[in-house]
Amino acid sequence: MGIYLPIAEISVNVFVLLAMGAAVGFLSGMFGVGGGFLITPLLIFYNIPPAIAVATGANQVIASSFSGALSHFKRGTLDFKLGGVLLAGGIVGSTAGIYVFALLRRLGQLDLFISLLYVALLGTVGGLMLVESVNALRATRSGAAPVLKKSGQHNWIHRLPFKMRFRASKLFVSVIPVLGLGAAIGFLSSIMGVGGGFIMVPALIYLLKVPTNVVIGTSLFQIIFTSAYTTLVHATTNQTVDVILAFLLMAGGVAGAQYGAKAGQRLRGEQLRALLALLVLAVAIRLAIDLFATPPNPYSLSAAGLS
Amino acid sequence: MAGLRAFAATISLSLFLALSPATAQTPPPAEGIQIGLSTDAISITAGFSGADLTIFGSLENPDPLVSRQGRYDVVVVLEGPPRPVVVRRKDRVLGVWINLQSETFENVPVSYSVATTRPLQDIADPTKYKQLSLGAQNLYMKPADETDSPTTIEEFTAALRERKTATGLYSENVGGVQFLSQSLFRATVRLAPNIPVGTHKARAFLFKSGMFVKESSAQLEIRKSGFEQSIFRVAHDYSFLYGVFAVSLAMLTGWLGRIVFRKD
Repeated sequence: MGIYLPIAEISVNVFVLLAMGAAVGFLSGMFGVGGGFLITPLLIFYNIPPAIAVATGANQVIASSFSGALSHFKRGTLDFKLGGVLLAGGIVGSTAGIYVFALLRRLGQLDLFISLLYVALLGTVGGLMLVESVNALRATRSGAAPVLKKSGQHNWIHRLPFKMRFRASKLFVSVIPVLGLGAAIGFLSSIMGVGGGFIMVPALIYLLKVPTNVVIGTSLFQIIFTSAYTTLVHATTNQTVDVILAFLLMAGGVAGAQYGAKAGQRLRGEQLRALLALLVLAVAIRLAIDLFATPPNPYSLSAAGLS
Repeated sequence: MAGLRAFAATISLSLFLALSPATAQTPPPAEGIQIGLSTDAISITAGFSGADLTIFGSLENPDPLVSRQGRYDVVVVLEGPPRPVVVRRKDRVLGVWINLQSETFENVPVSYSVATTRPLQDIADPTKYKQLSLGAQNLYMKPADETDSPTTIEEFTAALRERKTATGLYSENVGGVQFLSQSLFRATVRLAPNIPVGTHKARAFLFKSGMFVKESSAQLEIRKSGFEQSIFRVAHDYSFLYGVFAVSLAMLTGWLGRIVFRKD
């Protein structure tokens, strides 16, 4: 069944989009990530213009992170204060990102920049995760007890000024890295259409030493607002949010997420991480091939005068 | 005073023009062409995946002899609204394909569908088409920066036509115009699935033994149907409210999804 997308201005198949949403939802439920980093490239592979894929991806991320954050709020595993400071940084980063987005679009380098960022980030995160999880798998197989990271240890980040106390996270840390991290995630959110959970979660755990149980809830909380802000700004400055497209993805996504969460409970942590790493790397490689392979046609058209 | 005199002169001139055909009474009435559209607006609905548009037309005062010998030819064009276009070329830099060179063209018809009685090259000679700027190959694409080298402009113009043809926006339907009787004809032009909205212009050109005789045109409005159009409108005219709506919809879906599929 075809449907005409009013903003993307093309006809697409409803079931392909629902299935895409469900598949990504399944994976995001399984791995506890927003899935934006999968949705945006998938939409681009499906010939949705990158500018619309990014803005609509951000819109779709709100739905999955909102439903996730609700569960964490009920369980009390959400640090509002930490989330708020991250958010303040996020708004600044997101605003900067929107300007860069519009500028690159005018220069005709937006698609390239999006692809490069994806390849670099997904490649790095996927590679690191794969190494870490394979080591963990090997360690459990050889029977050795897993080496726990000492969370009490302090690094250079904890020596920065302007310290602030975050009670729910049992943390006393400078606001500079928190704001900086928020800004970086906001920037990525507006340029890549991702929530940024796949960077936020490891950064909070390893850099800021936030207890693991509050990390996911807090990260989801801040992602709701960053992607909501990103969606709003894309809608007003670029008019690239397609609600029909976003709704189809969300509808498939929320359903898929529940089954994914169930499937995820049957796998062990390091197995899950290894699988997620492989998935992330696969997306990165697929995008890299497009960058390096000779395009079937070197010419492309776009409407002039877009800001 | 001068203005008034000029005004009087125009009146007398137009009166003379209006009277002259009646008084002249030249022997054979000249051939003409007319086209009519069954509708002046087409709506693109949710299920739109391209369509054929049929345009009917007739020849006025056709010469029966020429008609019997099949020496009348008709070319019908459906031309989309003109818009500026940037053509970019990817080149390899350090192994990565990057958009490097670009050329902006002003007023390029977004779509251009042609239907003809016979292949264009059999109807008249190429210079005729150039003069009439008829056919995708003969459309003049005006570069925004005319100081660029002619070879570059030529290369990008060719690429522009090629891309438009590849996406189905520029098409040619040879044999798409059929004579139903001596004077009545039917033209079928292809509307691509990605046809742009706006005011399209249908034009019909009459050729007699390879000579251009006359042209006639009609306008066609292509728009999105009710629902799609409203969304597009709201997204552009009330973009902030539209953004708020998109965000609320996402939150509502997330919340409903949790209620419906709650697992904890």
